[in-house]
Amino acid sequence: MSHDNSSPSSLQHHFHDVKQQYETAKLGMWAFILTEVLTFGGLFVAYIVYRSWYPEMFINANLLLDVNKGLLNTVVLITSSLTMALAIWAIQKKNKNLSLVMLILTFILAFMFLGIKYLEYSHKFEVGQLPGEYYSYMGPEIAHINNPHIFFSIYFMMTGLHGLHVAIGMGLIGWLIYATAKGNLHSKYYTPMEMIGIFWHLVDLIWIYLFPLFYLIG
Amino acid sequence: MIENQKNYLTYPKGIMSWLLTLDHKRIGLMYLFGGLAFFFLGGLLALGMRLELAAPGNDFMSNDTYNNVYTLHGAIMIFLFIIPAIPGALGNILLPLMLGAKDVAFPRLNLASFYLYTLGALFTLYTIVSGGVDTGWTFYTPYSTTSTSNVIPMTMGIFIIGFSSILTGLNFIATIHKMRIPGLTWYKLPLFVWALYGTSLVQITATPVIAITMVLLILERLLGIGIFDPALGGDPVLYQHFFWFYSHPAVYIMILPAFGIISEIIPVHSRKKIWGYKFIAFSTLSIAFIGFLVWGHHMFTSGQSVFSQIVFSFITYFVGIPTGVKIFSWILTMYRGQVSFTPPMLYALSFLFLFTIGGLTGIFLGAVALDIHLHDTYFVVAHFHYVMQGGTIVAFLGGLHHWWPKSMGTMYNQTVANICCLGVFLGFNGTFFPQFLLGLRGMPRRYATYDPQYADLHSYSSFWSAILGLSIFIAIMNLLWSLRKNNKLDPGTNPWGAMTLEWTHTTSPPHPHNFEEEPVLEHGPYDYDKVIVEPTFKK
Repeated sequence: MSHDNSSPSSLQHHFHDVKQQYETAKLGMWAFILTEVLTFGGLFVAYIVYRSWYPEMFINANLLLDVNKGLLNTVVLITSSLTMALAIWAIQKKNKNLSLVMLILTFILAFMFLGIKYLEYSHKFEVGQLPGEYYSYMGPEIAHINNPHIFFSIYFMMTGLHGLHVAIGMGLIGWLIYATAKGNLHSKYYTPMEMIGIFWHLVDLIWIYLFPLFYLIG
Repeated sequence: MIENQKNYLTYPKGIMSWLLTLDHKRIGLMYLFGGLAFFFLGGLLALGMRLELAAPGNDFMSNDTYNNVYTLHGAIMIFLFIIPAIPGALGNILLPLMLGAKDVAFPRLNLASFYLYTLGALFTLYTIVSGGVDTGWTFYTPYSTTSTSNVIPMTMGIFIIGFSSILTGLNFIATIHKMRIPGLTWYKLPLFVWALYGTSLVQITATPVIAITMVLLILERLLGIGIFDPALGGDPVLYQHFFWFYSHPAVYIMILPAFGIISEIIPVHSRKKIWGYKFIAFSTLSIAFIGFLVWGHHMFTSGQSVFSQIVFSFITYFVGIPTGVKIFSWILTMYRGQVSFTPPMLYALSFLFLFTIGGLTGIFLGAVALDIHLHDTYFVVAHFHYVMQGGTIVAFLGGLHHWWPKSMGTMYNQTVANICCLGVFLGFNGTFFPQFLLGLRGMPRRYATYDPQYADLHSYSSFWSAILGLSIFIAIMNLLWSLRKNNKLDPGTNPWGAMTLEWTHTTSPPHPHNFEEEPVLEHGPYDYDKVIVEPTFKK
């Protein structure tokens, strides 16, 4: 990483130099990513336990999900990861405008993801494919199958927590847009953009696991 | 010396400079006083229980009240005092000083973590005033999903405090890796730093799991998601797995910092180099690691397979090895040292005695056959109090007495402190040793009443609990009384002759930016064989 060691405005008083500050931020971010993985890890364990208990129910309940929307969301989110990476690349290359465009694109893609998720959720609310005791859907796909509500409990828990992360990510990217436009982030100091980028890739990565585990097991 | 010397307690001034401070020492003090307030509250609840148990029958509490009291006692002591107290208070104050750094890696995050703790504390207080919670601090399903008491605010509080704990751990890891002064290599770190490192690793890896478990429990109550509800096809035992996957490592979040404190107190007050530095350092990490593999020993009666029981039991014994390594290293450190019976050292010696009993009875409980008999009896209660109170809280009190002159710049009355330490030691054994016997004779935990055959031991335990409570109270008051006017120590004071950076390179209380200029490392933390640091003590 090319960092200017003499740029004092972004250097907090308790660090020696920019390099130390940057490495500390990066270590802290990766430690945070570890905690995120473990948070989702609890839910992945729940998924594994119940899928091994009710393998047939999972396969049948999975038919109720909309694969096309899920696939579209996968494409949207992977693309947003690319635009996020390009935004960092652009600011390294001192191209502030390109970086801004890429950040705005990332923001829009994140919004699209949540929009598509909203369509999926609202359909499930209508037909009663809801978690736990609120589940009421009794269509032909799941005749003779017990406990389909468990599938939807785990589905809503995991995609809901993931969606929350997307929403938080949107807030962070929004702040990046503001900070870049104001000139607070530039080729000499873009640590926050890189850190939020790591977070955003994690959000993408978790979806890449969620998509096949829920939509493609049929 | 210099009358108007700047220190972190007096500069800058004003209430806002405290509430918005980014100074790790001030944040540490706020944690300390927050933690002590909850220690007091949790202690009152404990004494209330002992009063109820002084005689058989419902003397002044109904069964429901008693259920609330023990739940709140456990939840407050664990989540609001023990887990935050040592890392949040002593860790925050000391870690950057020991590393020669100006602050922790992320000062704003540090303040945020304190306010999350405060928010979690408010949820807990709300739980208390709105009628309490009666599930026990473990919140086992299915009772916790059906109980009509305030499970949601309490678990919400724990969820929030969990994030405070994660952020502190994350901050400490980054600090220890990146904020050391040049020359301060890993093997020159004070062992308290190693202990905080092990603690932080457990905090960031275990706490997220309890956070998501609390969310699932809350959603189970609010929406009936059915994950833990057998009527909906779920599994209540899965909750226990999730809970103990965090809460067993959490035992090491609570005890590892205590080990660190003892590793500081013993060499300083024996004026001898620590014996087996690397053994102590690596035993910390191995305890942190093994701690993740033993959660099933809390569930021997929950219908596990015999195979899992044997595996969990076997791995549990492994915890004894690194722990034993530590105990023997401390004892060998004292051997042929100049042991002085100062208040911190008396607490450290009490720790050695009490924690050894706590640890060894843990081995008893790790044996499946014995655990089936002792499960949910007072034997378990006595065991974990020997570890948590006899171990962690005694070490915490020792650390508080050790670093009080450093962080506050005042010296308490040492005679009173020594008498209180003796009171804690006797009161503690008097309270909890009879509980081992009660448990062996079959007295179950969490009952407000009991059969008359247990009356002698119970009333004996209750009598000594009053001595214990009073001793701790006076010990803390003794510390606070030292803060009175015109009782300042000379800023250059180093009453124990310690040689870690916080004693040798800055004033007591420290400079607002920790050090006037960046310290240069001259010797290791325990080089009593090479360097002479004389104790200095003047007003």
